[in-house]
Amino acid sequence: MNGTNHNGIRIGYYICHCGHNIAGVIDCGEVARRIGVLPGVVVSRDYKYMCSEPGQELLRQDIRAHDLNRIVVASCSPLLHEHTFRTAVEDAGLNPYHFQMVNIREHASWVHTDHAAATEKAVDLSRAAVMRVRHHRALTTTRVPINPAVLVVGGGIAGIHAALTLANAGKQVFLVEREPSIGGHMAKFDKTFPTLDCAACILTPKMSSVRAHKGITLWTYSEVAKVEGYVGNYTVTVRRRPRYVNEALCIGCQECISACVYREPKFPDEFNVGLGKRKPVYIPFPQAVPQVVVIDPDRCLELKTGRCKKTCVDACADRNAIDFTQKESLEQIQVGNIIVATGFRLFDAKRIPQYGYGMYPNVVTSLELERLVTSSGPTGGEIRLRDGSAPRSVGFILCVGSRDLKTNRWCSRTCCMHSMKLAQLVREHTGADVTVFYLDIRAPGKGCEEFYDRSLKEGIQFVRGRVAEVTDWALAPEEEGKLVIRVEDTLAGFVRRIPVDMIVLAVGMEPQSDAQSVRRLFNMSCGTEGWFLEKHPKLAPVSTFTDGVFIAGCCQGPKDIPDSIAQAGAAAAEAMALIDRGYIEQEPNTAHVLDDCCGCKSCIPLCPYTAISFDAGSQKAVINEALCKGCGTCAGSCPSGSITQNLFDDDEVFSEIEGLLHA
Amino acid sequence: MNYSYFPGCSLKGLGRAYEESLIPVMRHLGVEMTELPDWNCCGATAYMSVDERQASILAARNLAIAEKAGGQDLLTPCSACYLVLNKTKHYLRETPAMRAEVQQALSRAHLDYSGNTKVRHPLDVLVNDVGLDAIREKVVRPLTGLKVAPYYGCQLVRPYSTFDDAWNPTSMDRLMTTLGAEVVHYPLKTKCCGASLTGTVPEAGLRLTYILLLEAVRRKADVISTVCPLCQFNLDAYHGQIERRWGKVRVATVYFTQLMGLAFGMSPRELGLNRNFIPMAPLPPLHAQPSESSTP
Amino acid sequence: MPSEIITPPASWSPRIVAFFCNWCTYTAADLAGVSRMKYAPGVRVIRLMCSGRLDPQFVFDALRQGADGVLIGGCHPGDCHYSEGNYRMLRRFRLLRRLLADLGYEDARVRLEWISAAEGDRVRVVVNEMTEQLRALGPLDLPGRISEWNRELAGNAPGAPSSAAASPVPEVSHA
Repeated sequence: MNGTNHNGIRIGYYICHCGHNIAGVIDCGEVARRIGVLPGVVVSRDYKYMCSEPGQELLRQDIRAHDLNRIVVASCSPLLHEHTFRTAVEDAGLNPYHFQMVNIREHASWVHTDHAAATEKAVDLSRAAVMRVRHHRALTTTRVPINPAVLVVGGGIAGIHAALTLANAGKQVFLVEREPSIGGHMAKFDKTFPTLDCAACILTPKMSSVRAHKGITLWTYSEVAKVEGYVGNYTVTVRRRPRYVNEALCIGCQECISACVYREPKFPDEFNVGLGKRKPVYIPFPQAVPQVVVIDPDRCLELKTGRCKKTCVDACADRNAIDFTQKESLEQIQVGNIIVATGFRLFDAKRIPQYGYGMYPNVVTSLELERLVTSSGPTGGEIRLRDGSAPRSVGFILCVGSRDLKTNRWCSRTCCMHSMKLAQLVREHTGADVTVFYLDIRAPGKGCEEFYDRSLKEGIQFVRGRVAEVTDWALAPEEEGKLVIRVEDTLAGFVRRIPVDMIVLAVGMEPQSDAQSVRRLFNMSCGTEGWFLEKHPKLAPVSTFTDGVFIAGCCQGPKDIPDSIAQAGAAAAEAMALIDRGYIEQEPNTAHVLDDCCGCKSCIPLCPYTAISFDAGSQKAVINEALCKGCGTCAGSCPSGSITQNLFDDDEVFSEIEGLLHA
Repeated sequence: MNYSYFPGCSLKGLGRAYEESLIPVMRHLGVEMTELPDWNCCGATAYMSVDERQASILAARNLAIAEKAGGQDLLTPCSACYLVLNKTKHYLRETPAMRAEVQQALSRAHLDYSGNTKVRHPLDVLVNDVGLDAIREKVVRPLTGLKVAPYYGCQLVRPYSTFDDAWNPTSMDRLMTTLGAEVVHYPLKTKCCGASLTGTVPEAGLRLTYILLLEAVRRKADVISTVCPLCQFNLDAYHGQIERRWGKVRVATVYFTQLMGLAFGMSPRELGLNRNFIPMAPLPPLHAQPSESSTP
Repeated sequence: MPSEIITPPASWSPRIVAFFCNWCTYTAADLAGVSRMKYAPGVRVIRLMCSGRLDPQFVFDALRQGADGVLIGGCHPGDCHYSEGNYRMLRRFRLLRRLLADLGYEDARVRLEWISAAEGDRVRVVVNEMTEQLRALGPLDLPGRISEWNRELAGNAPGAPSSAAASPVPEVSHA
C-alpha cells in the first residue's frame, strides 16, 4: 500500500458488494486493487455488506489498527447510508466529516450493463472521493432546539389519527381542515371492508376526542397559506375563512337552520355528494366536528343582498352566535414538525363519456351509492333508482379511472374491495342481481380474499373484461328500458350485452387538484402521477425530502383505511422522535466568508435566507451561521472566490473533478 | 374567413347535395371557400389499405397544393377525405422514411409539403370558427318541433378526435339546438353505418344500417342529420333491401348543412333535398313565425 | 471548437461530468437506479447541495481536465429546495453559455436540465441524448490540445528547444 508520507493523510477505502447488487456488475476486487495504489491510501478492501454490523466493525477496527484518519466507502447512495457510515466513523474516534461516500449502486451497477465500463466508472468515482477526502476538515454540527408543537394538515382519518396520537403523548397539535367539519371521506362511508363494521361507529368517537382534547387546537374551514422556516422551527400562516358563526358562542342547537327564511332545503348538499339538499345555513352532517353551523355566503340572502329578515339571528337570540360581519383572518403559529394528510379526490367519471355518467341518471359513482346505502343518507338507507323504484339488477364497473392508459395508470387499490362491499350491501338491502365487471380482483389485505370468497358465495356474478360502453340502445325486448353494458367477456371469449337497472362506477383515486401548490407550500416533491413523494419507498415511507415534514394517508398514494391509519401513526412517531430528542442537529454545510472578501456586497441579495450582511467595521460580508441553510449559492457566485462552503469547498470539488478525469 | 376547399369525389357525384347545401350556407355566413386547383383523389380508404405509400403520395399532393395556394386551413366535408388527409399528415410527421419518399415524389411535380396545412371539417369550422352565436343570428326559420338524430359516424372523431370527443361528440347536437331543432338522445351517434360492407358483404353492412335507422325511428326522430356522404348514402339508399329483410324503418337522412340552409330560409330544392330517396317531410308549421317574412 | 479532425476509435464514448443538486436531480438519478433504467456509462456525477453552488469554474475545470461535456441538473423553476438557487445559477449559466460560444465550444458540450426527484427516466433520456450528441461531435480532448499548443508555442519561440517540456504558457489555474 502506498500509505506513507502523504502529509499524514491515511485513507481507508472500502467497496461494498451489496450482495450481487454491485458485485454482479462491478469487479469490486479490481476496483479495490486499483484504488489501493493511490497516494495516501493505507487500506483498500472489498466486502460483501459494508452497512451490516460486521462491515461497520471492519471499518472501526481498521481505523484503530491502521491509524486511519480518512474513510471512503463506495456502496449505495449517500442519501441512504451516509449517516450510517458517518456514525461508524465517529464511533471509532474520527470526526464524522472525515468521510466520503461513493454511489456506485444507484449511479453505476444498477444503471449500466457493460461490466468493464461500470467497473471503470466505479474506479473513477472512487478516485475522485479519495482525492476529495484528503481536503476534508473536521467539522462539528450545531444544535438547534425544536419547537414541540406539531401542525397536522387535513382532518380525514389519517390527520385525525396523527393528531390524537401526538396529543395523547402530550404534544401540542394544530389540526387544520379545509372543510367545515373534520371526518374526510371516511365520514361518508356506511360500512368498512372486510369486516363490515360501521364506519361512523369507529370514526365519530375519534372525531369527538379531537374536539375534546386539550392538546389539540382544531381549525376547520381553514387552509395553510404560508410556511416559513425549517425543521424544528416552522412559522405557519393559516387562513381562516369566515363561517359567519362565532365558534365559541354556537352551541350546535341548529335552531337557526329551522328558522332560516328558506323553509325547505334547496341547495345541493356537499356531504351527500349532491344527492341531498341543504339550506344556506347548515351543519355538514349530524356528527360533524365541530358542532358549529356554517353559513354559505353564495347562498345566504343576507350575505348576497343584505335584505333578509334574518330569522336565524332571531332564533339564535341571546346566544348571539351569528355574525354577518366576520371576515377572513390570518393566524400565525410556530411549530417544529408538520404532518401533511391532505387526502385524495375521486376520479371524475364524466371523463369517460362512454360510461354515461351525467347522461343516464341511473349511472352512479361508488361514493353516491355509499350515500344511498347509509341509513343517515338522503334516502334513509333505501337503494333507489331516480324514479324511486328499487333496482332489480345492478352492475358494478371496476377500474373507472384506474389501470387505464387513457386516464390514470395506477391501481387505486381500494375499489375492488369497496365495490364488493357495496355489492354485498346491495344484495342484502334489495336482493337485486349484482354483476361485477372487473379486470383483476385485487384483494390482498388481511381478510380480503375471504371477503371475495364470501361475495362469490352470496351469488354475486363476476365478469372479467373492461366494459366498452353503457348505453340505453336496446336490441332485444329484455333490454327495453334498461341500461345495457357492452363488454368483452375475456373468460368466455365473446362480446356480451348485459342489461341492468343501475350501474355503479368504481371511480379511482387521484391526487387533489391543488396537490402541486400544496407541494410547493411545504417544499415537497410529487411523483409523476402527482402523489406526494416519500423520501424512500421502503426505509422512509412517511418522510419527505424536507426534514420535519411528514406525509400520511392517501396524499402519498391510494390506500385503504388501515394503511392510512398505520401511516398516520408512523408519521406521528417520526415527529415525536424529533421532538423528544429536543434538538435538531444541523448538517455543518454552511458557508463562510474568507479574509479575501473585498466587500463588493454582490452576495447579499443572492441569499434566500438573508443570512448575509455587511459588516461596516471590517468592510466585509458576514454570514450568520444560524440562518445559513447550506445551499452554497453565495460560494458559487462570489466574484473573488472569497466564500467557501463546508463539505463543498472549492478544493474539495476541484479535487473531485480531477479525480474523476485523471486515470 | 377564408379557407381552401377540398370537395373530394363524392361531393361531385353521389353526394352532390352536400356541396349544393354547403356552398350557399358558408357563403351566407361570410365564409369564403376557394376550391383547390387541380385536386385529385384523396387516396381514399380502399387505396390506403392496399398501398399506403402510393395513397399517401396522392393525399400529400393535395396538401402540398393547399400549401402552395396560400396555406389557409383546408376544409374537407367528406369524412373519408378528412381522415385520409389527417392520417397522411400524421404518417409524414411520424415516419421520416415515408416522408422522404413522399417528398421525392412531390418534388417531381415541383411541389413541396412542409406539414403545416391544417385539415378541417366544416362542422368544426362552423361551431368553433364561425360560432354558434353568428349562426343563431342568421336563423330566420327556426326548426322548432323538428326532432333530429345527430349522427356523426366513425371517421370524423376517430382516431383523430381533434375538435370533439371520440365517444360522445356534441358539436352537431349544439348546432342543431342553435337552429331551433330538438335533438333526440341517439346513443349510436358514432357507430358504424356499414360503410363499404354494404356493397361487399351486404348481410353485415345492411344490418348495421338497419340498426341505425331502427334506433332513430324508436327515438321518434323526424330526420337523421349526417356529416358524411357515405353515411348519407347508406342510410338513404337501401331502404328497399332493408325492408325486405327486417321490415320498415322509414326515416330520412340529410346533411347537417341542408338543415342549416332550411333554417336560414333557403328552399329545399336549392339545398339539394330533392335528391333524397327517402324524402324529408316538409317542416312542421311554425307557431310563432315572424309575420314580416311573409308580408311583402 | 476543433479545427483539425480527430477520428475517435469506434468504441470511443464521451466522458460527461455532471453536477447534480442533492434534492432533485441527484435523487432522480437515484430513482433511475432503483428503477433499473439503463443509460450510457460515460457520465460521472458530482453532488452539490444546490445547483446554485455551481461555480462556472467547475465547468471550465472539468473541460480542462478532459471531460467531453458537462451536464448541470437542478430543480424545476419554482421547486428549488432553497427557493431560488436554481434561478441564480440560471443567470450565471446564461453568461457562461455566451462565454463558451465565444471561445468556440459547441452548445451541446455544456447542458442545463431541470429534472425533479420524480423524473428518473428524464436522467436516462438526457444522459443518452447528450452522449449521442457528444459522440457526433467527437472528443474535446482539451488536455491533449493544451499540451499541443504549449508545444507549438515552445517550438515557435526563437531559440527555444524543440522539446515539449518547456512551457512558456502559464498553466490554466483555478486558484
